[in-house]
Amino acid sequence: MSSETITLGQAVAEVHSHGSHDAHGHDHHHEESFLSKYIFCTDHKMIGKQFLITGIIWAIIGGLFSVLFRLQLGYPEATFPFLEDLFGKWAAGGRISNEFYYALVTMHGTILVFFVLTAGLSGTFANILIPLQIGARDMASGFLNMLSYWFFFGASVVMFASLFIQTGPASGGWTVYPPLSALGQASEGSKLGMDFWLISMALFIVSSLLGGLNYISTILNLRTKGLSMTRLPLTMWAIFFTAVLGVLSFPVLLSGAVLLLFDRNLGTSFFLSEIVVKGEILPNEGGSAILFQHLFWFLGHPEVYIILLPAMGMVSEILSVNSRKPIFGYLAMVGSMFAICILAFLVWAHHMFVTGLNPFLGAFFVLLTLLIAVPSAIKVFNWITTLWKGNVRFTPGMLFAIGFVSLFISGGLTGIFLGNSTLDIHLHDTYFVVAHFHIVMGVASFFGMFAGVYHWFPKMYSRFLNNTMAYIHFWVTFVGAYLIFWPMHYAGLAGMPRRYTDWSNWQSFNMFADMNRFISTVAMIVFAVQLLFVFNFFYSIFKGRKVTSKNPWGANTLEWTTPITPGHGNWPGDVPEVHRWAYDYGKDGREFIPQTEPIGANESKH
Amino acid sequence: MSGYFILAILGLAFILTFQIAKASEYVSVLKGEEKSFKQNNRINAFLMIVFLVLGLAGAWWCNELFYNKTLLAQPAASDHGEKIDFMLILTIAVTGLVFLLTQILLFWFAYKYQFSERRTVYYFPHNNKLELIWTVVPAIFLTLLVGLGLFYWFKITGDAPKDAQIVEITGKQFNWMMRYPGKDNILGRKNYRLTDASNGNALGVDWEDGASHDDIEATEMHLVVGKSVQLVINAQDVIHDVGLVHFRLKMDAVPGIPTTLWFTPLYTTAQMKEITGNKEFVYEISCDQICGSGHYSMRGVIIVETQEEYDAWLASKKPQYLTVKEAATPTPAPADSTAAVSVLNASKPLAQLK
Ligand code: HEM
Ligand SMILES: [Cu+2]
Ligand SMILES: [Cu+2]
Repeated sequence: MSSETITLGQAVAEVHSHGSHDAHGHDHHHEESFLSKYIFCTDHKMIGKQFLITGIIWAIIGGLFSVLFRLQLGYPEATFPFLEDLFGKWAAGGRISNEFYYALVTMHGTILVFFVLTAGLSGTFANILIPLQIGARDMASGFLNMLSYWFFFGASVVMFASLFIQTGPASGGWTVYPPLSALGQASEGSKLGMDFWLISMALFIVSSLLGGLNYISTILNLRTKGLSMTRLPLTMWAIFFTAVLGVLSFPVLLSGAVLLLFDRNLGTSFFLSEIVVKGEILPNEGGSAILFQHLFWFLGHPEVYIILLPAMGMVSEILSVNSRKPIFGYLAMVGSMFAICILAFLVWAHHMFVTGLNPFLGAFFVLLTLLIAVPSAIKVFNWITTLWKGNVRFTPGMLFAIGFVSLFISGGLTGIFLGNSTLDIHLHDTYFVVAHFHIVMGVASFFGMFAGVYHWFPKMYSRFLNNTMAYIHFWVTFVGAYLIFWPMHYAGLAGMPRRYTDWSNWQSFNMFADMNRFISTVAMIVFAVQLLFVFNFFYSIFKGRKVTSKNPWGANTLEWTTPITPGHGNWPGDVPEVHRWAYDYGKDGREFIPQTEPIGANESKH
Repeated sequence: MSGYFILAILGLAFILTFQIAKASEYVSVLKGEEKSFKQNNRINAFLMIVFLVLGLAGAWWCNELFYNKTLLAQPAASDHGEKIDFMLILTIAVTGLVFLLTQILLFWFAYKYQFSERRTVYYFPHNNKLELIWTVVPAIFLTLLVGLGLFYWFKITGDAPKDAQIVEITGKQFNWMMRYPGKDNILGRKNYRLTDASNGNALGVDWEDGASHDDIEATEMHLVVGKSVQLVINAQDVIHDVGLVHFRLKMDAVPGIPTTLWFTPLYTTAQMKEITGNKEFVYEISCDQICGSGHYSMRGVIIVETQEEYDAWLASKKPQYLTVKEAATPTPAPADSTAAVSVLNASKPLAQLK
């Protein structure tokens, strides 16, 4: 990780040299040492960058894992000697072993869902944007905020270490259902690797809670004068709801993780009952394996919205700025996020329709699940209407925002299939599900994240990312994502089960070999283009085109009233006062009217 | 060797892309940012429309390629499956329309309203009527889908017919084991502590229970066409899932918590061979819940046949109790049975339907 700290260090050195240091009330940072400046930093912008860069490193690892297991799925017959050179017994003979395959898939899911799209996405943009967009000098508690990052870092270290233990990392799927995850006898990955997974996840949950509480209290308490809740940019609303979801649901996962640790190490039977494993008769009786699934999905479903909502918020903002037109139906957008936030807690059992769940109970979950489609539809129509009669600038951020909407539609519609229990009996745990959640959660949220990075990079590093590379990045990723995941629906409609390393021995599923090869090839290309993005990112931190004006996108929100390179405390003088909502674009013939501008005497009402 | 070659090519492509990207940035500074912005904007707007058209064409082509490989191209092999297929088609139709409408509007608007100096945007922050429409219309469609879905759901998960045949299926890493109740149509009691595969009791059947004496164990599942069957589903070690693709059904197998599933097979294996035109056709049971390193190979086979064929098959099988007894003769293994008695108190009457 040392290279990372150096990168951050240099970036921040720049920030400090430009920023006006003493024009504000804080005075705790004089004569900072290297440690307090770059490592134990409590400045929200710095912490946001720490989250972002750690997230990028994890994304490369998690993405690489998918390339490796796609090699197996696309070319089940081939051998790749270099794999044996790299991974030894895990890829004996140049073939990915079954244990290795399941370890890769499990780590791929865990890393991307939790470390990249939760910490990397929320952590980055909540930290960077909250104080800047609400007009605060910093987060409510800089110290808790710093702890939040370092707990995440600790979780990362433990998870990373688990990749190197002899029996390998956890391999029971990112959902870690017991008894598989509870019994070392049942699988190599359920030995030491699983304890590491649970400990890492516990640290991660602490990190999320510290961060989330901080985000909530900052948004509620530190808004600048005039910035009522109903004048907040949608990014802030989205991050607020995300934090509420996380704070209320992560503790439930923590309880599940702790109980599972007990079952594994202390001989309790929370999730275990009447088990004979490899001929060995276990004494545990009276537990319920299904209980864990309830605890897991009580977080797990809100988690998908924890991943998606920040992306939705940023996309709303970026679509409006670059259409030069107000976001359509601001209150409906807030209302639909609120509805999603409430409903997200009431639908978890739609992941459990075929576990033997009481069908009557299941019916309620069907109803509530399909209810979520209504606020989702509202959002889609509002985004599309925002474009209508706008004046669209295709900045890289805007391209990714439009891509997000397209993907959200495609993936959201398949949710209507899966939420209907009757269809889920057929489609559950097939590639239809893989296609669904990758499009709607995996790729769409990544698009939201990319949109955010391209849009706010000038604020973070006072430079632009290279546009040409950005366009290549967008178009290849967008086309590639559809090429990878669209055909998977068909495999799912043939009932092809997920989490299989090889289908060639199945009469019912062996006809998709060509498709699998195609998907694997495209996946490798898409992965290479992500590396291009990473290169663009780090290159542009140092060599990108310099930002020359405070407000390069002509946007209304407060972050663009700070100096080009804001220092500690963000605004050199007083924090500006807010007089209007964030979306006065194209009003009364003016291209944009910043939030700080008082309402004119003869300004029209909206 | 070829690996290094590919790496070298990739590296070159990278450098090339980077050089072009840098050059175009310089050019845009020289040409004036304004001008290059407009040029890029036009290109991207055009690509939006290209993406829409090629994307829709691609979706159609993908359908041509793969439709016949999906189960939609063959009839469902169970009565429940027919309902599920109907729901599926209906849902595809409804969501397909919404998909077309929204994607076309999205890319079309992006293209049509691309930046132009002459355009003044329409300040349109909200419109209650429009918003009401697109709240209510989706709500109505969803209500219809939920209504029909739940109607079928309760049919499928409702009670099995009284005369349904009972078959027990048990999953363990990594294979399936079947048990038939025999003439009395009652499955003998089980107690997992009695499990002893090396002595012919892989399922942990309690031989003290007389109902177990005619139970038949098998590795394949035989079903009678047109006759309802109720599966009693168990797992020994971790969670598995009985996946029955052709019947469009699945149900988890959970250690300690037996589950059930019932359906009526509509076609014999032989008939399916004709329908699908595949001489190798066989009904497969796939494990659909990750269960360890052999998950992908946990395959079972179902043979759907006529009543006569089924009876003949059943008659050829010997009850497991007898097999075990014979292996243990001449002494009837007293040690074993006392062990069985001692745990009997703790045992629960599992899977004892009726
Ligand atoms: C190039 C991009 C990607 C490819 C080709 C890819 C491919 C796959 C495939 C084929 C599986 C199923 C493997 C199996 O079940 O046997 C899978 C699982 C998964 N992927 Fe991805 N993926 C990609 C990106 C992502 C992203 C961005 C996310 C972030 C949310 C993600 C999250 C997951 C999750 C949660 C699972 C389930 C893991 C599990 O079953 O435990 N993937 N991926
Ligand atoms: Cu869910
Ligand atoms: Cu299994």
